[in-house]
Amino acid sequence: MAKSNEPIWWSLFSAGGMVAAMVLPILIVITGILVPFGLAGEDPLNFERIHSAVSQKDSVKLVLFIVITLPFFHWAHRFRFTLVDVGLKSVSTLISVLCYGGAIAGTIISVVIFWNI
Amino acid sequence: MSVYHRPVSNTWWLKRKPYILFMIRELTSVFVAGYCLFLLVLVYKLTQGADAYGNFMVALKLPSSVALHLISLTFVLYHTITWFNLTPKILVLYRGEERIHQGLVAGTFYAVWAVISFMVVWLVLGV
Repeated sequence: MAKSNEPIWWSLFSAGGMVAAMVLPILIVITGILVPFGLAGEDPLNFERIHSAVSQKDSVKLVLFIVITLPFFHWAHRFRFTLVDVGLKSVSTLISVLCYGGAIAGTIISVVIFWNI
Repeated sequence: MSVYHRPVSNTWWLKRKPYILFMIRELTSVFVAGYCLFLLVLVYKLTQGADAYGNFMVALKLPSSVALHLISLTFVLYHTITWFNLTPKILVLYRGEERIHQGLVAGTFYAVWAVISFMVVWLVLGV
């Protein structure tokens, strides 16, 4: 059997799917409902607090980096097969390159942003 | 010799309800990635100083932002539920000889989800 890099993408897909499932709903509730409607007190996400939390602790940086980047690979893997499923099978290689490439690009941009904080 | 492939219409997934639900599940990934891009922009604004970050946070109050968040929340919740219900079918765990019941695995995911959600509220909002 030919060697395949599919297990790598599948592992990143699963890890990203699990992170997204566990953490994103509550984050969306926070930035989309609790904070804009003032249900979590006076400006809980103010610059000083969040900036110092993210810039001073490597553990916070690492967790946030993982939460942001792993789901990119979850998207890449799912979206790739979705596009093939709706009839783009003839350009499936290009789709793979664009999807996984997009996730890798997002990760590199994230590294740069987190590096500069 | 070439293999014959029966042509499949590109709208096959509109023909049955389970197919439509499958496609919705796959499309949740767009909202997952979209929200992560939003988080990345938020971190980027942090690097740009208090004013840039402050303006970004004020924009969260716009009706368009709230609406996008609510739409995203719907799709991401659908991802969470389908993910927790599906993963135990793939993740086969044994205790000794006996396979751990799928419902127990899924139930554990939901319990962990609840704990993590409380922890995130506590850590992020400081309440």
